[in-house]
Amino acid sequence: MSHISTITFLLLWPFLGAIVIALLPRDFRLAIRAVALASTLFSLLLAIKVFLQFDASLLAPQFVQKVLWVEAIGISYHVGVDGLNVGLILMGAIVAFAAACVSSEIETRHKEYYFLLLVMIGGILGAFASLDLFFFYFFHELALIPTFIMIGLWGKGENRIYATYKITIYLSIGALLALIGLIALYLHAGGTTFDMIALTKQLSDSPLAPESQHLIFPLLLFGFGILVSLWPFHTWAPLGYAAAPTATAMLHAGVLKKFGLYGLIRIAIPMMPEAAHSWMHVLAFLCLGNILFCGFVAMRQKDLLLLIGNSSVAHMGFAFLGIASLNLIGITGAILVMIAHGLLAALTFALAGYLYRQTHTLRMDQIKGLLPQIPFVGTVSIMALLAGCGLPGFANFVGEVTVFFGAWKQYPFVTALSVWGALVIGGVYMLRAIRTIFHGPANEGFNKMTDAVNPLTRLPYLLLLGSLLCFGFFPRLLSDKIKPAADAVAKLAAVARESSQPIESTEATVTASSKIASSVPTSKQ
Amino acid sequence: MNVSLTILELAVVSLGIAILLVDLWLPEQHRRLLGYTAAAGVGLILVASFLISVPSAEYAFGKMYVMDPLALFFKRFFLLAGAIVLLLSVEFSDRIETGIGEYYTIILFALSGMMFAASANDLILVFVALELITVAFYVLTSFQRNNIKSLEAGVKYLILGALASAFMVYGIALIFGTANSTKFGDILAVAGSVSSNPLFLLGILFVLVGLGFKIAAFPFQMWAPDVYQGSPTPTTALLAVGSKAAGIVLLLRILFSAVPQIASQWTSLLIVISGVTILYGNLCALPQRSLKRLLGYSSIAHAGYLLLGVAAVSMAGSSAILYYLLGYLFTVLAAFTVICIVMREVDNDDISSFEGLHARSPLLAATLSLAMISLAGIPPLAGFFGKFLLLKAVIEQGANEPGYYCLVIVALVGVVISLYYYLGVVRTVYWTNPSPGQASILVSTPVRFMIYACIVGMLYLGLLPNAAVNLAIRAVQVFHL
Repeated sequence: MSHISTITFLLLWPFLGAIVIALLPRDFRLAIRAVALASTLFSLLLAIKVFLQFDASLLAPQFVQKVLWVEAIGISYHVGVDGLNVGLILMGAIVAFAAACVSSEIETRHKEYYFLLLVMIGGILGAFASLDLFFFYFFHELALIPTFIMIGLWGKGENRIYATYKITIYLSIGALLALIGLIALYLHAGGTTFDMIALTKQLSDSPLAPESQHLIFPLLLFGFGILVSLWPFHTWAPLGYAAAPTATAMLHAGVLKKFGLYGLIRIAIPMMPEAAHSWMHVLAFLCLGNILFCGFVAMRQKDLLLLIGNSSVAHMGFAFLGIASLNLIGITGAILVMIAHGLLAALTFALAGYLYRQTHTLRMDQIKGLLPQIPFVGTVSIMALLAGCGLPGFANFVGEVTVFFGAWKQYPFVTALSVWGALVIGGVYMLRAIRTIFHGPANEGFNKMTDAVNPLTRLPYLLLLGSLLCFGFFPRLLSDKIKPAADAVAKLAAVARESSQPIESTEATVTASSKIASSVPTSKQ
Repeated sequence: MNVSLTILELAVVSLGIAILLVDLWLPEQHRRLLGYTAAAGVGLILVASFLISVPSAEYAFGKMYVMDPLALFFKRFFLLAGAIVLLLSVEFSDRIETGIGEYYTIILFALSGMMFAASANDLILVFVALELITVAFYVLTSFQRNNIKSLEAGVKYLILGALASAFMVYGIALIFGTANSTKFGDILAVAGSVSSNPLFLLGILFVLVGLGFKIAAFPFQMWAPDVYQGSPTPTTALLAVGSKAAGIVLLLRILFSAVPQIASQWTSLLIVISGVTILYGNLCALPQRSLKRLLGYSSIAHAGYLLLGVAAVSMAGSSAILYYLLGYLFTVLAAFTVICIVMREVDNDDISSFEGLHARSPLLAATLSLAMISLAGIPPLAGFFGKFLLLKAVIEQGANEPGYYCLVIVALVGVVISLYYYLGVVRTVYWTNPSPGQASILVSTPVRFMIYACIVGMLYLGLLPNAAVNLAIRAVQVFHL
C-alpha cells in the first residue's frame, strides 16, 4: 500500500519523539519536555481528526493500513479504526497528552523518564489501533517495561519495590495467558492469518469447534481479566497505582487497563460466541466482586490514592457487566464506561498526584479542609469525585446507565446489586473523601498549599474534565459511532445464542463441553 | 572427495595456525593487534561465506560431511559469534598474564569444531567435532592460571565433559553395533527394523545424554553455573552461545535426520526434559548474587526453551529454534560484553558491582537492560519473537497430545519466574546510585561498535523478523519431518 494512514502517523509521533529524546543530550531538559509535549499533542490532534472524520455508517474499518510483516505465519502490521476503538483511541490520546503535561513533577533523570513515557504511550495507542492479533499483543507488551522502570524509579511510597514487582508479574501472567489463547485461536482457526478482521469473518462463517472454543475462551477471559483487574485478580491495581508516578498511573489506570476489555469485545466474543455464552454467567458474578467487594474495600481506605485505586477497580465491574450482557446496549455501555472511566481515572490520578506533591501524604486523617487554599484543584477534584459516583452530566453516568439497561434483562439480580454498589457504596466513599479532604477546618502543617494558577498547569485537568462533561452532555457523539460496531458484535453473539439455546438449559460449564460437542451438530442445522 | 566444501573450516583453522605463528615473532606491545587480526579474519570469512550458495545438499568424505542450508546457517552463526567473542577477548587480554596468542588460536580451533559440527552427517564426525570443541574449552575455561575459580571451572568441565564424551562414545558404539553404520543416511534407512532393538534405543539415549551435557539440559546441567562463573568472561560467552548452539544443531541433526521415527515416539521424554530444564534453570537463578552464575542458570533455562522446539518435533519447532538461537546470540554476547567491561574495574561479578551503572556508563546500562529484557522475552526485542515462535510450535502440537499444553503452562511459569531475576538486574542497574569511589567507565571504540551491533541485532530481529524467519524456515527443510 502506497499511502500512509493517519493512524500510522498517530502512532509514529510518540515513537519518533522517543527516538529524538534518546538522541538529545541529557542536559537539554526543556527541549526534552517540549519534544514529549509536542509529540503527544500531534497524536492528540490526529486522534481528534480521525474521530471527527470517522464515518459511522460504514461497518468496515477506516483509516486502514496493512503491511505484510512476517509472511510465513501471516502476521501483518494492520491498523485502522472502527466503532469499537475510535473513541478509545481519542481517549487514549487525550490522556497521553495530559500525562505528558503533568510530568512536570518529575525532577530527576528527565531523559529516561520521557523516553519511557513516550514508548509507553506509543505502545498503548498501538494496542488499540491494531487490527492484527500479534500487534495487538506486541504493542501492549511494549508498555510493560516502561511501567516497571517508571514505578520503580519515580514512584512514591515505601511499598514501591513490592508494588513494582507485583504489577509487573501480575500483568505478565495475564498477558502470557492471553498470548497462549491468541496463538491457540490462530492455530485452531487454520493457522494462516493473525488478521482480526479476516479471522472474525472466517469464524462467523465457519465457527470453531466447541471444544476449541471452550479451551481458548477461558484463557482469553482470565488472561484479559487479570489485565483489567477482574476480581479476584485485582490486588495489583490499587497498590501499583498508589506507588506509580502520576503519569504512569494515569496512563495505566486510564488507558492500558482497558486493553483487556477491548480484547474481550474485539476478539473473544465475536470469534468464540458460543463459549462466550456459557462463560458470561461466570463473568457476571465475578464483576459483582469488583463492584461490591472492591467498593467496600475502597470505603475502608484511609489513603486517597488507595481509595481511588480501589474505586477504579470497582468501576471495571460495570464494563464487565456490560460485556456479560452480550447485547447491543450492554456492549455500547461497556465501551462508554471504558472511555468515561479512562478520562476520569486519569483526572483523579492527576489530581491526587498534584495534591501529593504539595502534601507528601494522602492520608485522609492528615490532609483536611484544603478547598479554601486551593480553589481550582479543589473544585476540579470535587467534580471528579462526584463523577466517580455516577453523577449525571459526566460521561460516567451515561456509560453506567447504559450498562444497567443492557444487563437488566439478562441478570436482574446482578444488576440490582450493581446499581446499589454504584450509587450507595460509590456515593459513600466518594462523598466521605470530599468531606474530609476539602471541607472542614484545615489541618495544621498543611496551610501552605499553592493552587494551580498557571494556564499550562491547569490545561491537563481542564482538558480531561472538559472531555468528561462534553461526552456527558452529548453522549451521542460517542454512542452513534459505537453503535454499528457494537451491533455487529452483539449479532454475532446472538447467532450463537440461538444455536446453543438447548445447552444453556443444561447449565453448560467447561466440564460439559462433551455434551456441547454432541449437541452442536443437531443445533447447527 | 569434495574437500572444497570445507573451505570455511579450513580458512578458520589456517587463520588459527597463522595467529599462532605470528605470535612467535610479534613483540609484546603489539599483541592487541593479534586479536583484532583474528576478529577481522573471522569477519572476512563470514562475509566470504555469503559468496557460497547451496541450492541442495552436497556431501564430502564419503557422506560424512554435508553442506546444506542448515549447515551454512550455523556456520555463519558460529562465525558471527566467533568474531564478537574474539573482539571481547582483546578487551579481556590484559587480564590474561601469558599466552594471549594461544587464547585467540584456541578460540579459533573451537570455532572450527563448531563449524564441523554444523555439517556432521555421521556419528564419527559428530564425536570428532564435539571433542575438538570440548578439548579447546578445557583449556579456555582454565586460562586464568592464577585464578583459583578459573582452575576449578576447568577441572569441573574436564571431568564432566569427559563423562559426557564417554556416554557419547558408548552410545555410538551401540548404534554402530545394531545399525551397522554410523552414517545418518544409513541409520535412517535401517531405523525401521532396528528401532525395536533396546540396544539401539540405548545407544540413541546415550548420544542424547552426551549432547544434553553440551546444551546443559536437566539432568546434565550441574557443570554450567560453576563453569560460567569461573571461566574468563569471553570463554563463558563462547560457551553460552557457540557450544550450546553446536549441541543444538547436533541434536536436531541426529533426531530429525537420522532417527525421526524415534524422535516422534519419544515426545513424552522430550517434553519432560524440556519442562524440568526450564523450571530448574529459572528457579535456581532466582537467589543468585553473581551475575555470571545467574546467566549460567539462565542458560539452563534457555536450553529448556530451545528444547521446546525439539519436543514439538516439527518444522515450525525447528525453525523457531534457529530463530531463537540467532536472537540469543546477540542478547547473550551483549550481556557478557557489559560484564567483561565492568569486571575490568572490580574483579567481582556480584550484582552489587553493577549498582549505579546508569551513571557510570549510560551505554552499558542500556545494553545490559536490553539484554535482560530480551532474555525475559519482552517486546520489541529478539527474545520475544523467538519465544513466540517456540510457543506457537508447541501449541500447534497440542491438538495431538495434551502433554504439550502442560509444557506450555510450564514454559509460562518459567517465563514469569525469570522476569523476577532479569528485572532484578535492570533494577540494580538503574535504581541505585554509584558509590563515590566509582568513576565512569570508558568503552573502547571497537567494543562500542560491537555493542551497537548487538543492540541493532536484538532490535532488528525483534522488529523486522521476516527475513530471519524465512532463512530459518529454509534451513530446516533438510529434516525428515
